[in-house]
Amino acid sequence: MSELTLESISTQYFDVLKELGNIGAGNATTALASLLQCKVDMKVPQVLTLDFKDVGTLLGGEEQVMAGAYLAVEGDITGSILFLVKKDIAIHLVKKLMGDMASEDFGEMERSAFKEISNIITGSYLNALATLTNLTIYPSIPDLAIDMAGAILSVPAIEFGIMGDKIILIQSQISDDIDIDGYFIMIPDMESYEKILSALGILNI
Amino acid sequence: MEVKVGMADMNVCASPDSIITLGLGSCVGLVLYDPTTKICGMVHVMLPDSKTIGVGTNPAKFADTGVEELLKMVVKKGAKKEKLVAKMAGGAQMFSVNKDSPMLRVGERNVAAVKEELKKLGIRLISEDTGENFGRTVIFYPESGEYLIRAIGKEPKTI
Repeated sequence: MSELTLESISTQYFDVLKELGNIGAGNATTALASLLQCKVDMKVPQVLTLDFKDVGTLLGGEEQVMAGAYLAVEGDITGSILFLVKKDIAIHLVKKLMGDMASEDFGEMERSAFKEISNIITGSYLNALATLTNLTIYPSIPDLAIDMAGAILSVPAIEFGIMGDKIILIQSQISDDIDIDGYFIMIPDMESYEKILSALGILNI
Repeated sequence: MEVKVGMADMNVCASPDSIITLGLGSCVGLVLYDPTTKICGMVHVMLPDSKTIGVGTNPAKFADTGVEELLKMVVKKGAKKEKLVAKMAGGAQMFSVNKDSPMLRVGERNVAAVKEELKKLGIRLISEDTGENFGRTVIFYPESGEYLIRAIGKEPKTI
């Protein structure tokens, strides 16, 4: 099984992510509605496979300023998770949570609030994955970067880069007063792919 | 004209054109430059070592293969090997979490691997802006030899 590459397992993994996207986004929508105390709608999430060279363009260019929350994952599987939205969307969410106290410049309070929102959203996806696979998954405390899309996405691209030349992500759209495009990238370590796929009965080892 | 270099990509250009890569994070943007012919090339390296990874089809992705390949490209374009100097930027650590992850520190490993490769090939590194925790857009102008670095919320800087 050491011969597995991202290309060879991507079809199965793609289906897993689609299912995960649906359940995860559903959970996230419910959790966000209760956190932000407002009505939140969601659309069917898309799973996208992108070549490295197209990674930046999807999000409005490599220099588009984004807020990205990164978590390490431990337990039965190991790997990492990145959740990102455009900076103005992050500010919108933070304002919803903090009310008038929030400022546009992303100080300590705003960073902390966005980490909490990211925790809830990534937690929703991880719960979905844990439920689907019956695996135990612990996320770390997130770290936050407000920076260019290209720079933030270099992190998952490099982690995927060990296995291939593509990046797989879940694009979800939820809306409260405005449309919120969020991108969710899960990068299991190589042996964790096998665990996820075999836990789902897709891959027989 | 501005020649664009994507992630895990490389290209060459000559004065008066310039060469750019957008939003470098942990990746390294290395420039090889011949001041006498004003010919240069840039590689956007993602990972330090192709040998530990089985899927090394694209030489530009790795420091150990990318630097050498870029050298071939600039020489083919007309640069003189003995005149070449190098400048580099990038290699940031974008995130840090409680678990000590070698993947998150790939930036510094990329920088070290590029330096080692330059040493092996006998090319002098004359300036660098590497490490820290922010993204960089980099543009090289072979006419002046200036390497311009832009970052969010920071003054542009030339190395």
